[in-house]
Amino acid sequence: MDFELAPEVVRYRERVREIIAAHHTPEAVQHQHASGTFNNPALNRALAAEGLVERAVPGLGAGDPIELWVLFNEMEKAGAPLDALAMAVMIAGVVQHVGTAEQKAAVIPAVTAGDALICLGYSEADAGSDLSSLTTRATRDGDQWVINGAKMWTTMAHEARWVILLARTDASLPRHRGLTMFLLPMDTPGVRVDPVHTMATERTNATFYDDVRVGDHCVLGEVNGGWQVMSVALSFERGVMGGSNPGVSLLRHSAQWAHDSRRINEPAVREKLARVAIDNHVAALLTQRSAWIAASGGMPGLEGSMTKLFASEAYQQASRWFQEMAGAEGLLQFQQPGAAADGWIEYDARHSPVTTIYGGTSEIIRNNIAERHLGLPRMRR
Amino acid sequence: MQLAFSADQQVLAEAFGQFFSRESPTSVVRRAEPLGFDAPLWNALGAMEVWGSDATLSDLCVIGETAGHALAPVPFAEHVVVSRLLARPALLSGDSVGAISPREANAQGIWSIVPAGAIADIVVGLDGDEFVAVASPAPFAGPANHACAPLADRDSRSGERSVIGNRHHFERSMSELKVITASMLVGVAALALEMGVEYVQQRHQFGVPIGSFQTVQHGLADLPGRIDGARLLTHQAAQALDLGRVGHNAVANNDITDPHSLASMALLFASDIAADATARSLHFHGGYGFSDEYDIQLAYRRARGWALVLGDPTAERLALANRLWPSAVRP
Ligand SMILES: Cc1cc2nc3c(=O)[nH]c(=O)nc-3n(C[C@H](O)[C@H](O)[C@H](O)COP(=O)(O)OP(=O)(O)OC[C@H]3O[C@@H](n4cnc5c(N)ncnc54)[C@H](O)[C@@H]3O)c2cc1C
Repeated sequence: MDFELAPEVVRYRERVREIIAAHHTPEAVQHQHASGTFNNPALNRALAAEGLVERAVPGLGAGDPIELWVLFNEMEKAGAPLDALAMAVMIAGVVQHVGTAEQKAAVIPAVTAGDALICLGYSEADAGSDLSSLTTRATRDGDQWVINGAKMWTTMAHEARWVILLARTDASLPRHRGLTMFLLPMDTPGVRVDPVHTMATERTNATFYDDVRVGDHCVLGEVNGGWQVMSVALSFERGVMGGSNPGVSLLRHSAQWAHDSRRINEPAVREKLARVAIDNHVAALLTQRSAWIAASGGMPGLEGSMTKLFASEAYQQASRWFQEMAGAEGLLQFQQPGAAADGWIEYDARHSPVTTIYGGTSEIIRNNIAERHLGLPRMRR
Repeated sequence: MQLAFSADQQVLAEAFGQFFSRESPTSVVRRAEPLGFDAPLWNALGAMEVWGSDATLSDLCVIGETAGHALAPVPFAEHVVVSRLLARPALLSGDSVGAISPREANAQGIWSIVPAGAIADIVVGLDGDEFVAVASPAPFAGPANHACAPLADRDSRSGERSVIGNRHHFERSMSELKVITASMLVGVAALALEMGVEYVQQRHQFGVPIGSFQTVQHGLADLPGRIDGARLLTHQAAQALDLGRVGHNAVANNDITDPHSLASMALLFASDIAADATARSLHFHGGYGFSDEYDIQLAYRRARGWALVLGDPTAERLALANRLWPSAVRP
C-alpha cells in the first residue's frame, strides 16, 4: 500500500484550505446558525471561481474522485457547511451521466459557477428507509406529466433551483421498477415549500407537489428508471462527499474545552481525546480508500457505507463522552458565558443524533453489509 | 496512492496464506499448546526465507496478517523485530529465536513476562537507560497464560550481554513490534469474522439459519469496516516507519504522520477490533463457542493475549495523548 498523496493533490488541498479559511468565518457560522440555512454561498463561489467545483463534478473530466474527496473532506474537517454544495455537485454528476444535452447545458454551468443548488426529493412522510414504497406519482396527460404528492426532509428546497424528484410512474410494476426521476425547477407552478425545523438548528423542508405539469424534458434518465438514477447518485456520494469525518471538528472543540477548562492534564480526558483521534484517523483512511477505489474505476458503494456507519457511530459516542465530561458547562449554548468550547460541546451533542439517521440509517447500512458483503441469508422477517 | 495491496504484496499474501493454512491448521495450533511454539512450523517458516530478506515492514505486515489469521504458534512479530535490529546470522537463519521485552528490567535486572521469552535465546530490552541484547539459553517453559503464548521472565544481566543502543533505539523497535503485532491482530479479527459468518449460516434454530436473524447480522456487519480500517492504519504506520521521516502531528486538522504515533494508533485500533470481533463471533457460536472443541476460543484468547502482553491499552492511549498534545503535559 502507498498512502502518499501526489504533489499536485497536496497543492490542490493547500489551495482548498486557504479558500475555506478565507470564507468560513465566525460571522458566516453565526449567520448559518441564525438562519438555519447551512450553506455558505461566498465560499461556494470562491471555490467555483478557481474551477474547484467544476473539478469536483463526477464525470466531467476536469478533476477526479481524489479531488472530490479532498474538497469535501477539507470542508468537513473545517466544520464548513458542505451538504448543499455536495448535493449540487453530486446531481450535476448524475446529469452529466444520464441527462439530456439540454439538461446538461442548464445544470452544469450553473452548478460549477457555485450559484445553483439542487435538492433531493426522495423521502416521504411514510417512505423513509423503505423508500420504494413512496406514493408521490406522476401520470401521463397528453405529452405532459402531472405530478401529485408530498416529500419530507427536502433539505435546501427553500434555496435550490431544482429538485430531483422520485415519483411513481407505473403502479403496475414491482415497486422499484415503476419509479421515475424528474429534474424539476423549483419555480414550477404547483410546488410549495414549508419549513421543518430541527433540534440542531438546521432547517429542512416538507415539499408539496400539486398538479405540477411538466414535459418530458424534465425526466432525468429513463422513464421507470428512477431507481437506477438514484443508484448512480448514491455511488458518487457514498463516503466521499462528506459525512465521514464529523469527529474532526468535535475533537478540535473538545481539545479547546479541555485547555480552556484546565482539564487537559486529566488522564480520563486525555484517554478520550486519544480515542477520538484514532477513530477520526481511521475514518479518514476509510474515506480516502473509497476515493481511491472510485479513482481506480471501481464503485465504492459498500465501502462508503461501512465508513459512514463507523464514523457516525463513533462521532455520536464521542459527543456524549465530552458533553458528560464538560458537565453543566456542556449544556450551555452558543453565546452563553461559560459555555464549554463556546457552545460547541452542546452543539455536537445536539447534532450527532442525525448522523446515524440521514443518508441511510445505521440499521439499513448493516442490513446491506450483512446481505451484500458478508453474504448472509436474507433476513427473517 | 495505492490503498490496496500492491501486486507484489498480493503475491506475498497468497503465498504465505497458503503456507500457513497448510502448515498451521488449528490442529497444529492446538498441538503447540500450552507452550505456544511449534518447532516444525518454525523450521518450515525459516525455509520461506523471511528473516534474511530485505522485506520492508509493510511487506512483513502482509505476512504478519497471514500468520495472525492462522493463529500461528511462532514468535513472528518478536523475531522480525529482533532480526531486523541485530541481523546476526543465527537469527537470520532461524536457528536462534529473538524476543523483545516491552517492560524495562526491574531492580534485579529481570524482564518479566517477556513475549517469546520462553523460547528465545536472544532477548533485547531496556536495563536502565541501556538498550541491551542478552544471549542465554531459552527456558522452554513459562507461566500458564490466557493465549498459550510462550511467555517467560528473563534475566537482562546474565548470559552474553551487549549494549546495542539507548531508549531512543528501543522506542523504534517497540514501534516496529506494535505495527507487526497490529497486522497479526488484523488477521485474528478477519479470521473471527470468517468463522462467525460461516457458523451462522450452518447453525439452524427456529427452522432457519441463525444468520438470518437481524441481531446476528448486525453484530457481524459492524466488523468488516473496522477490520479494513485497522489494516489501512497498520500499513500506513508501516510505511511511515519504512520511509523513516520524522512526520508531524497536526491533530486539529486530522493530519498525523509521526511514525511512532501511527504505530501506537495501529496497535490500539487493531487490538480493539480483534477483541470485539472474537467476542462477537464467539457469542454467535452460542454454547459451542465456549467449548474447547470449537476453534473460535483459540482466536478469542490470542486476540487478548497477543495485544495485552505489550501493556495496558489505557496506558498506551495516554502515551499517545502525550505525543498528540505534548504542550499540555508541561507543568
Ligand atoms: C435533517 C435531515 C435531513 C434530511 N435530508 C434529506 C434530503 O435532503 N432528501 C431526502 O430525500 N431525505 C432526507 N432526509 C431523510 C432521511 O434520508 C430519512 O430520515 C432516513 O432515510 C430514515 O427514514 P425515516 O426518517 O423515515 O425513518 P424510518 O425509516 O421510519 O426508520 C425509523 C427507525 O426504524 C429503523 N428501521 C427502519 N427499517 C428498518 C429495517 N428494515 N431494519 C431495521 N431497522 C429499520 C431505522 O433504522 C430507524 O432507526 C433527511 C433527514 C433528516 C433528519
